[in-house]
Order: sequence, then structure tokens, then C-alpha cells
Amino acid sequence: MKFAVLVFPGSNCDDDLVYVLREIMGQSVVKIWHKDHDLQGAEVVMVPGGFAYGDYLRAGAIARFSPIMREVAAHAQRGGYVWGICNGFQILTEAGLLEGALLRNLSRQYICKNIYLRTLSTQTLLTRQLDSSKAYCIPMAHGEGRYYAPMNILKKLQDQDQILFQYCEADGSVSEAANLNGSLLNIAGICNPARNVFGMMPHPERAADEMLGNTDGRLFFESLLGTLLEKV
Amino acid sequence: MNLPSLETAQKLGLLPEEFAYIQEILGRQPNFTELSAYAAMWSEHCSYKNSILWLKKLPKSSPRMLAEAGQENAGLVDIGGGLACAFKIESHNHPSALEPYQGAATGVGGINRDIFTMGARPIAQMNTLRFGDLSLARTRYLLRGVVKGIGDYGNAFGVPTVAGELFFDECYNTNPLVNAFSAGIVETGKIASAIAYGAGNPVFIVGSATGKDGIHGAAFASKDLTESSIDDLPAVQVGDPFQEKLLLEASLEVIASGAVVGIQDMGAAGIICSTSEMSAKGQHGMRINLDKVPLRQANMQAWEILLSESQERMLVVGQKGREAEIEAIFEKWDLHAVQIGEVIEGGRLEFFQNGEQVADLPAESLVLGGGAPVYTREYQEPAYYQTFKKFNIEEVPQPGPEELPQIARFLLAHPNICSRRWVYEQYDSMVGTVNANTNAPADAAVVWIKPPQGGLATKALVMSVDCNGRHVHADPEIGTMMAVCESARNVVCAGGEPVAITNNLNFGNPYNPEVYWQFVGAIQGMIKACEKLGTPVTGGNVSFYNQSSTVGKDGGNVSNAVFPTPTIGMLGLLDDPAHRMSLHFKAEDDFIYLIGEALNDLAGSEYLYSYRQIKASPPPAFDLDTEYRLQEVLKILIRNGLLQSAHDLSEGGLWVALAESAMPLSLGFQVKSFLKLRPDAFWFGENASRVLVSVHPHQKEAFEDTMEKADFAYALLGRVGGAAMGVDGQTWLTIAEAQDLYNQALGQWMEG
Repeated sequence: MKFAVLVFPGSNCDDDLVYVLREIMGQSVVKIWHKDHDLQGAEVVMVPGGFAYGDYLRAGAIARFSPIMREVAAHAQRGGYVWGICNGFQILTEAGLLEGALLRNLSRQYICKNIYLRTLSTQTLLTRQLDSSKAYCIPMAHGEGRYYAPMNILKKLQDQDQILFQYCEADGSVSEAANLNGSLLNIAGICNPARNVFGMMPHPERAADEMLGNTDGRLFFESLLGTLLEKV
Repeated sequence: MNLPSLETAQKLGLLPEEFAYIQEILGRQPNFTELSAYAAMWSEHCSYKNSILWLKKLPKSSPRMLAEAGQENAGLVDIGGGLACAFKIESHNHPSALEPYQGAATGVGGINRDIFTMGARPIAQMNTLRFGDLSLARTRYLLRGVVKGIGDYGNAFGVPTVAGELFFDECYNTNPLVNAFSAGIVETGKIASAIAYGAGNPVFIVGSATGKDGIHGAAFASKDLTESSIDDLPAVQVGDPFQEKLLLEASLEVIASGAVVGIQDMGAAGIICSTSEMSAKGQHGMRINLDKVPLRQANMQAWEILLSESQERMLVVGQKGREAEIEAIFEKWDLHAVQIGEVIEGGRLEFFQNGEQVADLPAESLVLGGGAPVYTREYQEPAYYQTFKKFNIEEVPQPGPEELPQIARFLLAHPNICSRRWVYEQYDSMVGTVNANTNAPADAAVVWIKPPQGGLATKALVMSVDCNGRHVHADPEIGTMMAVCESARNVVCAGGEPVAITNNLNFGNPYNPEVYWQFVGAIQGMIKACEKLGTPVTGGNVSFYNQSSTVGKDGGNVSNAVFPTPTIGMLGLLDDPAHRMSLHFKAEDDFIYLIGEALNDLAGSEYLYSYRQIKASPPPAFDLDTEYRLQEVLKILIRNGLLQSAHDLSEGGLWVALAESAMPLSLGFQVKSFLKLRPDAFWFGENASRVLVSVHPHQKEAFEDTMEKADFAYALLGRVGGAAMGVDGQTWLTIAEAQDLYNQALGQWMEG
């Protein structure tokens, strides 16, 4: 499987994704500079975390104008897979590939810690092999991750089963206490209506290496790969 | 043009004899630009003029050293496999006292530039912070600003903050200490040097434009804080982590291109510092046209351009003929790369502005190790030193059995002991996916080294920053030995082999003989401990003038200086992942042992200082040979797989070590004191060189055999299990109560 990891000025989780995909998952990976115009035949485009353009103005607001984003939109339009994590999720919402917005955490503080995620919809490649009765321990690390969308969009996300992940307790229950950034409906990740563009704030790539003592995040990559391979 | 007078020189911080010496070097009167250059380069901050004689006595060689102290921007250690680690700690105390957010942020920026200017990619950061009384609103304001500054800068820069230190004492009320550490990895064939040679080679300024921020920052850091220090606010720099990230990537790319002769970041004293240090090192000079320097504002004077400490800039000496290549790399990253001059034969720095020569200086005369002044300072033992030694434990009230749980709670919630999560959850500790401690806490940070050439990580850096300023204050020599040993012990407890240290020497005014006595004692202690442990000093930073004085009262005295705080940053290596060790209890029924002796000692303890409010006592009992033997036996135990956990005893003594081992997996314990000591000394005393370990029942015999063979003190305390923290048959707290107290305490102080 061929992955493209985009690199914007200020991206800082690009190499983490390359390490997981190449060294741990054994996949083919290319890093693609944001000024490029070619996705080099990648089947999955990864939009990594970090602070593209320093998050100046608003997270993702400048990055969406990078030349490569036109190719990403076309790739998504053709049904290609796009997965944005953290800053990548913010960029995808700014680019209009995903609905809603990520606002400053309610605490007004950056928060980095292990949290738990519950899978709401297993009807995507990314989530098909995940267990919706299980809470996955995945790190979060952001200052602007509070998911917001108007009521009509929220309702549509629910009706069309577009909510992929919610913040939850270790036992899988969804509570306000587990919703550290104050997201509406505890939303941690969503997909587009066509179910080929995914965005999530927490970082599964930070929980994919045995050496780090937590491999819950690897299941997300395995799900994506497993279902992709199944299709071939 | 009027040439500046002695009075002007003194206003710039120069001494009369220094002014005379400058005239002797130049053979004429300096102009204002030249005088400003000397004032900045000969400030304490750049010249180390009052410390260098003693720093030279520190041990600095070992077979692993690739760059010794003072040779490059950071220490450089061979870590095998064709890789080297560049690491260093640096202070940003003075700016953080005035403007905590920018002061701390630019401290993080500065230390990282020191690492990547050597061609190394930073992989982990730590910081050590000291503040005053937490009940003061100003302390909370400073802490909040410093933590946010470190977080916002480090998080965006994309290097994880993996460990640190936080300590409160009223001696830091006016002068907080903010020391930032960074470590990076470089292939040994790709190391860059801060050097200029080859007449005709182009000199570039790269990165941000130059503005008026931070002018005289070096001079500002070289004096006491006073009521009028707020007027120095323009001496505080402003940071931009996005520019720093671009500068990192572009610098590493341009170094890898091979088109670079030398590169140095611009920190204190800006352009004058990099041009003079690089030239002096390469025994060449430079001709620089200041009109070419990209500026943020119009009409900047020559001296302002030379001294500006605008952040995120580097000076690059390229190879003639490869200018276009260098410019293209910076262009890719949307950064300035402007040729401002060239390297020349001879050792002079010639600066031009508007077609006129504005300064002509011998580079060598400006720098540390060259013409910068070197002073011998006198020192004198302060009276408190003998008073502290008279401490008598018999005069401390003994707690009854009913008071012990109360003390236990007091200590767990104490600002110097409670969980630091309010701080570290604001830092990205996981970016880079190398922090092994996220899911397994240890006494030292364990950071996996991903090979730059590709492939899986198989080795780790193991790092710790430590210093108990109270102990150093009570006895500078012993306290500093203890700081070195504690940082090494932490590394050993995490499974690493200590390799080398960097230090950040935070002291008061060196012209005060009692402060200088503390400094000399600290150096002597550091020499002894580093020699014993085989960990040379690779460099670091001296920060004097961490004291406040009121207007009209010259110099102040030793009592308004901070505790002498020689922070130690220990670098260790872990060559085999199987040797990694964490600090928490793993399973019910494991045996709990104390390695090291229990003594009737309360000296220097947090319990004595904060609970009993007895502040005059010497450091706890400490013996360097015992410490060395402890670390050797620990290495054997860990490498033979005989331990389930290992946790060093420090603030709060045995009790706090037990609680901290129990809380991560919510595993309680039942323990009994094995000696008839005072209960407060047994549970809360802090005598050094001790480690709490847990042992699987199947390995009990092998563990005890190893300890017997090593002939080192140890004793069985009890077993892991249950939901209670049981001490001598009494439940002091439940695990849940302890977690609540320990985890919430700092957040409650800060958020109310």
C-alpha cells in the first residue's frame, strides 16, 4: 500500500507517521512537500499533526491554500482516502473536506495526555476492524481541538453515521468529564459523507510502537490496511 | 565625532580598567559602536570572566567526548553506531523574571539553536524551574507564564518535553530560575562547527530579520534585578517557534549539503558574538556590510544591529561558489539568507554602514579564551554555614502515631512533592514517538533514538535534571556532589549508564565574597562527584546575579541571593531495551526492599523545612563512595533482571517513594519499619544513596544473594498489595485518597 505524508512548513508529526507506516507497518511511504503538485500515485494521503504555518491566524487556515491541497481535494473527489490527524484534521476542516471546526480548548490550555476513545461508526475503512464496545487508549495533544458545528450539521453527522470517535472513560462510557477539550457531543473524529476522508484530533501514531508500551493506535492502522488489502 | 568617555563605558557595564584595556588593545579611543561591542562581549554572560578560572578545573575528558566544554555550542558525546549526542542546558532567568512568557519561550528557542547549529536534530527537551512561595500571586503569575511560554514554543517547535524539575522556595520570590535543556542526535560525519575560515568565503545572515529587541540582553543578564529592572523590558527578546522550526529544517538541510564551512546561532550579543567567536576560532576575520542585514525597522544604528538579540537567526559561512545552493535551501523554507560580507585574512572584524567603516576590532580580543578579561574573585565563608551545622535532631519534636498520617498527607500534597501534571500536561511530551515514559514512569527520561538512516530504534538516551538548592545552600560542596549523584542515580534507576553532564550554575552576585564562596564550593563538589562517577562536564552555562537589591544599596548581601543552584543535566545511555527500568510497583505480592541505610537523620529534609519549619540544617547524610557502590549494585540488579521497579528516594524520603511507586497502577502496600529509629526519620528522612525496589517472589533469593555478595545495606520492608497504604499496621491513606491529594494539589493552587 502506498501512503503520502504531506509536509507543510511547521508540520511536526510527519516523521512519526513515516516511522509507523514504514518501519512498523512495512508500507511504502513518500513525503510530499506542500509546494508540490503530485501525490505520486499514493492511495492514502496522510495530513499530519503539527503547527502548519505556526497555526497563525487560525489552525489550518493558511495551509489550506498550499498547492498540494488542490491535489488532495481532487484525490478525495475521486474516492481516494485522506486521513488527517490533529493539525491534519484542522487543515481538512479549513479546506472544506470535512465539516465543522476545531476551536480553542475550553480550558484555554494545551493538553497532552493519554485519553480514551470510543468508536461510534465502524462503517469506514478506518474503523471497520475496531471494536465499538472497547475504549482505546490514545494520546491527545492540542490546544485547539474542541469540535464545533452548527446544530443542523451535527444532526446530519449523526443521521449519516459520520461520527467516528468520541472521547470516553476507560470503561467506554461517554461523560462530560472525559470530554477534556469541550467538544460538542464528545466528538473526537468524523468522516465525510462519502466516507473516504477521515479526521481525528487524537494521535493513534503515538500508540503504535511496542517500545512505547501502548499499541492501541496500531489497530487503527491495521484496520485501514486490513480492509484496504481485503478490497484488492 | 565625539568619542565616548569612561562614564559612558561604565554606563554600558564596563569597569574603568576594562575601558583602559580596550584602549590598549585598539591603540586608540574606541568609538561608541566598538565600545558597545566590548561591553556586550565582556559582559559576564558572554565572557564568563568571573567563573572561567574555576570552570577550567572541571573534569572534561572521556573517550566518548567528541567536543569538549567550550569548544562548540554544546557538548558532543559519541554514543556508538556512528551517532553522537549534542546536549546542553542554559538559563533564561532574568528575562523570565520580567516577562515570563517570552523569557521562557526564548530560552527554549536558544537552547535548541545551540543543538541544531551543530547539525544535530533535537529529540528531547527538559526544563528545571524554580519559583518563590506559591501562595504569592506573583509566583503563580510567573509559573503560569513560564509554563505557557515553554509549552507554546516547544510544542510548535515539535520536540517533546520529556522531564523536568519544579521547586518552590521563598528565596526565589524575586528571581525565578528557568533552565532549559535540549539533546539532539547527529551522524558523526555530519557535525557542523562554529568556525570561519577561507578568505573570500561568503558570510550569510539567515532566518528572521533583525530588530531592536533584546539589545543589551547579555548586559541585562549580568546585573542584579532592581526596582528599575522593568525599564530593561526591551532587553527581553520575543520568540517565534514557527520561524525556529523552519530554521531548524533549513539549517540541517544546508549543513547536509556540504556547502557550509561553519555555522553559529545568534544568541546573546547577536551578530557581534557570532562574527567574533567564529572568526577567532578559525583565526580569520570578516568584512561585514551592515546595510545588507535585513531589518525590521528603519534607522537602526550600527551598534543596535550588532547587539540585537532578535531570535531565530544564524550566521553561516559558506563555501565560495556555492552561494546559490545555500540561498535555494533557505528560499525553499521561505527564510532570508542574505550575504552580508566575507571572510578575510588576518583576525580583524571590519563593519561598514552607509559606505563608512563603523568598527574595526581584533576578533580575538572580544572573546572568551582570547582577550576577554579573566578575574580572580575572593571568597569568604558565610556565618550561616557553621550555624547550620549545629542542627540537633533532638530539638525536633517527635510525632506520635496519630500525627504520622497527617504528615504523610502534608508531604504528598506539598508543592515540592506533589504531581507535576498541571505543568507537564501543557507540554507535548509525546511528539517524535520516542518518549518511553508515557506509559511507564521512571526516575529519568528514557528517549528512544531513531536511527537517522532509517530502521527501528534499539537504543535510548536516559536523562535527568536535578539539584536541591537547599542542600547546596547548606553546604555547597556536599550539596553539589549530591546533585550530581542524584541525577546519575536517576539515570541508573531507569536502566541507563551515566555518561556525561551539562550544568547550569545559578548563583547570586559574584562580587559578593560569600556568594563566590558558594560558587567555589559547588565547583569543588562537582569535580569530586564527576571524577568518581566518570561523567565529565561537557559545558553548560553560568548565571550570576540571581539576586535582588533595592535602589541605593549596592550589591546586596548573600541573604537576598537565590540558593546557590548548580542544576545538573545528566546524559546516560541505554544500549539494551531489556535493561529499561520503571519506578512503579507491578504486581500484588511482590516484595518491597529498601536498598541503602536507614539513619536517624532529618537534616535537609522537606519534612524538617516545611512541616517543622526548621530551616537551619546541613544537607542529609551523604558519602560519595557509598553512592558509587549503590549505583554499581543497582546496575547489576537491573541488568540481571532481578527488579520489578526501582525508585530513588529524594524529597519526602521513604514514604513519598513508596506512595509514588504505588499510585501509577493503584497497587497498595503493607510495610514495616525494620529499625527502631524515630518514625519521622525512618519514613520522612532524606539521607542520600537509597533506592526503593520491588522484587518478584521467584527472584527474592537471587536478589538477596546479589545484595549479600555486593555487601551493600538492604532490608525487607513488606509487600505490594491491596488498596491501602499500610505502615506499621496502620493505614495511613488509601491509594485513592493518595492519588487525589497528590494529583490535584498543584492544579488547585493554580486554578483555585
